[in-house]
Amino acid sequence: MKTENQIEIIDLEELKNEILSKRSLDQPTVIIAGGTCGFASGALEVIDAFRDELKKQNLDGEVVMKVTGCHGFCAIEPALIINPGNIFYSGVSAEDVGEIISETIINKKVIERLLYTDPDTGEKILHEEDIPFYKKQTRRLLANNTRIDPLNIEDYIAIDGYFALEKALSMGPDKILEVIKASGIRGRGGAGFPTNIKWEMTKKAQGDEKYIVCNADEGDPGAFMDRSILEGSPHSVIEGMTIGGFTIGARVGYIYIRKEYPLAIEHLRKALEQAHEYGFLGENILGTDFSFDIEIVRGAGAFICGEETNLLKSIEGAIVEARTKPPFPAIKGLWDSPTVLNNVKTLVSIPLIINNGAEWYSGIGTNTSKGTIIFALVGKVKNSGLIEVPMGMTLREIIYDIGGGIARGKKFKAVQTGGPSGGCLPESLLDMPVDYESLTKAGTIMGSGGMIVMDENTCMVEVARYFLTFTQDESCGKCTPCREGTKHMLDILTGITKGEGHEEDIAVLESMGSLIIDVSLCGLGKTAPKPALSTIKYFRDEYIEHIRNKKCPAKVCKALIKFSISEDKCTGCHLCFRNCPTQAVVGEAKKVHSITQEKCIKCGICHESCRFDAVRIE
Amino acid sequence: MVKLTIDNQEVEVPDGTTVLEAAKELKINIPTLCYNQRLKPYGGCRMCLVEKSIPNSPRPPELIVSCAYPAENGALITTNSERVVKGRKFVIELLFAKCPDSDAIKDLAKEYGVNNNDPTDVVANYLLNRANSNNTNHTKCVLCGLCTRVCAELVGMSAISFSGRGSKRKIKTPFEKISATCIGCGACAYLCPTKAIKIEEAS
Repeated sequence: MKTENQIEIIDLEELKNEILSKRSLDQPTVIIAGGTCGFASGALEVIDAFRDELKKQNLDGEVVMKVTGCHGFCAIEPALIINPGNIFYSGVSAEDVGEIISETIINKKVIERLLYTDPDTGEKILHEEDIPFYKKQTRRLLANNTRIDPLNIEDYIAIDGYFALEKALSMGPDKILEVIKASGIRGRGGAGFPTNIKWEMTKKAQGDEKYIVCNADEGDPGAFMDRSILEGSPHSVIEGMTIGGFTIGARVGYIYIRKEYPLAIEHLRKALEQAHEYGFLGENILGTDFSFDIEIVRGAGAFICGEETNLLKSIEGAIVEARTKPPFPAIKGLWDSPTVLNNVKTLVSIPLIINNGAEWYSGIGTNTSKGTIIFALVGKVKNSGLIEVPMGMTLREIIYDIGGGIARGKKFKAVQTGGPSGGCLPESLLDMPVDYESLTKAGTIMGSGGMIVMDENTCMVEVARYFLTFTQDESCGKCTPCREGTKHMLDILTGITKGEGHEEDIAVLESMGSLIIDVSLCGLGKTAPKPALSTIKYFRDEYIEHIRNKKCPAKVCKALIKFSISEDKCTGCHLCFRNCPTQAVVGEAKKVHSITQEKCIKCGICHESCRFDAVRIE
Repeated sequence: MVKLTIDNQEVEVPDGTTVLEAAKELKINIPTLCYNQRLKPYGGCRMCLVEKSIPNSPRPPELIVSCAYPAENGALITTNSERVVKGRKFVIELLFAKCPDSDAIKDLAKEYGVNNNDPTDVVANYLLNRANSNNTNHTKCVLCGLCTRVCAELVGMSAISFSGRGSKRKIKTPFEKISATCIGCGACAYLCPTKAIKIEEAS
């Protein structure tokens, strides 16, 4: 496409047709779910096995192998789709590959064993989209993760990739802003600020240079949707950013991505190179006078860098510290120039909105929260993975219909949204629709989309303590309330879990929590007390039980529990005796054992290893 | 120019003036700790909190730090509302729990009635207990950053800096060795509000 400094202006429609004409729908294709999670669960071995086996059977020209991003249902990977036929296999290993080629690809027969089995009905399911986990989802932002090879720009162009950029360049900034406004899209980083207002403010702001920054510093424990999109469809991010850059008048964009995402960085790098080759980035994009380029900046993994003012400081190479707003980044951002900061999910929505129109986007969702929302559904649910649902779906539908309910027959206890600074909601709120306003009202936040489901074996005081340990450690320490206040809250919570709580502790936590929220500088301090405040609000009895009776009802807090062996159940199998790391278990083989409390470190290994349910926790 | 109202008094100030500077025009005193007029606004200690509202705006009134917040046209500022005093008192209590031996913090605590035992004020009582405990983490440094900022912004040496995050944050010289760039000007010790920095001859 490129000859020295001259870029041939490409006709996208023509290019797409040319790509499609080279492809045949009847050609046997294996689509393997890749991504970090797929690779971690063994997809790389499956890919190698296919490559070797196809070569061996002289089929490497006949059968196309395509490695996509993560399909979302992480729990059943490695997974793949065989076309034609749209046959979905999960839990595939390298040993299955020979059989898949001979049986399914050549003989067109389905291997029953590799089909997904619905755990409720026992039914074998042939197509990925018919699996209950996917059925209630509306996968728009995640759609490309099953459709394209992220390293092949032609795959992206074949599904109308960069068509939105071409369209946007002919629409002009004002028209683009109109469409974005009409779509009702709100920032997907968590705060839900209307995207069009952010863009418009930056466009209007005075400044010779303007910047657009993609916030890919996904720091919430248990959240991995941004990573999945960056790995599975990096061109969507580039296209969205380029449209943004054109709208606000920027010439440079930065993708701030955490270093812990090596695969996403690699895919982005390659995608940027390809976009340059095709003239979607660089000088005079698609023959217009608009020039734009994108650079990758790797973060070192500090949670606080996900907060916008910190993120900008980090790009500048300065010590990371939150700063007071205003001035907002839209007026004074990177190197004091007007800057737009958008989350990955916001940016990949932009090409979809431009291509499909504002009404298509706003057609689903609630009155104030439009479009779809992605959650990393994790914790004690049967089906964990990445899900995308219309805004306004209830928590119950998400957890039970998509997540398949609570694993191992346990009872639901709480669900936390919004990452380490989000709140925990009880069963009574499960029928609440998920949108920005409802979550805030209930005492939690949308955040960037983490959703952690907890079962009856979870201690809510310990949950609050755990999350506060995280936020207190990740606080930058600049402002007094966040630095000092969260430490005091953590000390109090730690005391309660150790059985050293006082009657007034709950009142101190509540008052101090709301003061920290009121007085802190940035979003971290303003949300860090939420896990404590929401667990007190909805699970107060559990706090009281810890404080007054020195008991942990969920039997989690080590200082408050005691392991003992039930005489009538112990068979003297000696297993606990052998597994105990501190020789606290005493007893001869075939005789009832007992535990020496002074030696017991409450690791729970005896309880887990006992096959006769003889080890009690009190 | 922008026009705003502070404690029911109108004032007109040039664009870019902070709320704290505007209050000074009206001779309204707002306590500060990490502020110095020769340095860039920082907004870290949260002492100079005031409450801001914009009439007929959908945004609820909010607490802002006056040292770093620019004066806005039409803004209504209250420097001593119940919410402001409560927030400011909380900041002093937190600092007092950390630095009970600092005279400057003791004075502030006295001024804001932190020592008055009100049994219903659970947060104050908890933090007073912490101040009176034999906590080995007690220090004189309130981490206001005046020392590091004067060294970087005015002296131009950056001989000392913050290290660590969250409650582990401290002021340090590079690698905790005698700073190679320190010229011994003493600006840091001079500005330190709690006299936490001592100047010694390096041997």
